[in-house]
Amino acid sequence: MILDGIGASSGVAIGKVFIKQQNDFVLPTHKVTDTEAEIKRFNDAKEEATLELKVLYEKALEEVGEEHAQIFDVHQMLIADLDLHDQVVGIITDEKYNAAYAVSEASAIIAAMFESMDDPYLQERAADIRDISKRLIGILTGEKEVSLADINEPVILIAKDLFPSDTIQMNKQYVLGFITEDGGKMSHSAILARTMQIPAVVGVKNILTKLDKNSTIIIDGKSGKIYINPTDEELVYWKAKQEEDRNYKQKLQSLKGTANKTVDGIEIEINANIGSPEDIEGVLANDAKGIGLFRSEFLYMDGHALPTEEAQYEAYKKVIEAMEDRVIIRTLDVGGDKELHYLNIPKEENPFLGYRAIRVCLDQVDMFKVQLRALLRASVYGKLGIMFPMIATVEEIKEAKALLEETKRELLAEGIAVSEDIEVGMMIETPAAALISDVLAQEVDFFSIGTNDLTQYTLAVDRMNAKIAHLYNTHNLAVLRLIKMVVDNAHAAGIWVGICGEAAADTTLTETFLGMGIDELSVSAPSVLEVRKTIQQIDTSKIQLKL
Amino acid sequence: MKQLIVKVQGEAGLHARPAGVLVKKAGEFSSKITLEKDGKAIDAKRLLAVLSLGAKQGDELTITVEGSDEEAALEAVKAVIEESH
Repeated sequence: MILDGIGASSGVAIGKVFIKQQNDFVLPTHKVTDTEAEIKRFNDAKEEATLELKVLYEKALEEVGEEHAQIFDVHQMLIADLDLHDQVVGIITDEKYNAAYAVSEASAIIAAMFESMDDPYLQERAADIRDISKRLIGILTGEKEVSLADINEPVILIAKDLFPSDTIQMNKQYVLGFITEDGGKMSHSAILARTMQIPAVVGVKNILTKLDKNSTIIIDGKSGKIYINPTDEELVYWKAKQEEDRNYKQKLQSLKGTANKTVDGIEIEINANIGSPEDIEGVLANDAKGIGLFRSEFLYMDGHALPTEEAQYEAYKKVIEAMEDRVIIRTLDVGGDKELHYLNIPKEENPFLGYRAIRVCLDQVDMFKVQLRALLRASVYGKLGIMFPMIATVEEIKEAKALLEETKRELLAEGIAVSEDIEVGMMIETPAAALISDVLAQEVDFFSIGTNDLTQYTLAVDRMNAKIAHLYNTHNLAVLRLIKMVVDNAHAAGIWVGICGEAAADTTLTETFLGMGIDELSVSAPSVLEVRKTIQQIDTSKIQLKL
Repeated sequence: MKQLIVKVQGEAGLHARPAGVLVKKAGEFSSKITLEKDGKAIDAKRLLAVLSLGAKQGDELTITVEGSDEEAALEAVKAVIEESH
């Protein structure tokens, strides 16, 4: 049987399946006569749960470090909590219900209390309460959920959806690839798969009803096709394909040190997108010379409070020093799907059309200037480009530039050195910016086109919505025409223009982009060599654009 | 009985882990230890109760201790709240 999904991370995987079960069991609810015995069962379950969590803590500590392991420590403390204990014992003693039901009731009350609180951090603790409740009930009823940590042979993981907590527990060395029923190309699990460089297909409706634990499957992360219990022929074909894939990846390595030059001698810049200084290692290993997009928001999303000027300065400096070529750092881009709890931005009906990115920064000037100070201070360590996100009007870019100038003057007055040679640019992510790119080009040194948002805004397609994921298409004529318009306007004004969205790594679009005259492509580190290879095979004099 | 007003120092406030440390520390003493914020008083030996205060960095908490080891308990609890991060 062949199923179609959305290819989220390329590559071929062949193997047995491992199904992450849904929790559809019915909670046993009955009255007990021996309440003392029932309380003892509850206490025993608590002890066993604590032991399980100790093991999980150790595992997480070893694999992902203390910060991520802490959650299992907190779960142990929640299980030991006296309020939970008193409530459960109260339900058993007074209402004479069985322990599993009592745990379920007590945790529902406590979870509801957390959910009703104002602090988003505490609202999330409701999930922790449900998690420990599930664990205790599992022990009490013997209906234990199979844990992803128990995977001990190579498998393809199948799930309705994968959550961050699942991925911590997952035994990564045995996961060949995964398939989820929910999610689109930009869902958490899809991004994770690309980072881990394992094949993945998402948005496969009802796959859980179409296979069982004995099924063998093939997934092709590129086309999004899934073969359940494949025929011998299919198996032979895809094994060969997998081998080819491996050879291809090895061959790409031989392109290191070569130029990003087309057949007719046109050189294109290929840079890397990164989210933190730790990504530099991968960038250098894949032979990118510069950074086309450093997403600074990850510095902000790490902790519980705004990063200090010093912490930002250190991070920027580290990246600028490590790279031979220019490093373009995008100023804070929060809102939309990226929330910062400590900023207390109220929930919005349409976050992607709301208070996000430059709109937040121009509104919270004090916060913005901390970042600008850190950037300017770091500029002396190499070649820096500063890029503003989500610009829709000329006023916005003017205002952002004025703040940058003001900050620069303040630093100089304090006797702090700032580089003379900083490029200032902006992202083109809104159709509005594309349409007035001739005017905007007068204001900046470069444009970088963010195709993810530009596509979503142009086509009015929410990229997080799996139901309409098929409508999200950067190849769409409307999107391509906007990109062409931006390139033409940039060149007419004498500035360079690049692409830093996902489409930059889409090799089926490389020829189109080169035909438009794009100057730079910025892609995730693992895609650098593949894009280089594609460029080396293109002859721009033979491209015929059909736009 | 002893009473003291302290300011939460950790940037994460009394979130899950710091709250856990506090509860563990409070449990080492026999004195009754209460924390009060904005008129809401809770037992410092109970994790869920401490969490439910939702104390953030800069919030002021009133610690009240009563019992045979109240002096040591007050010192210890104060230290945790002021150092938690």
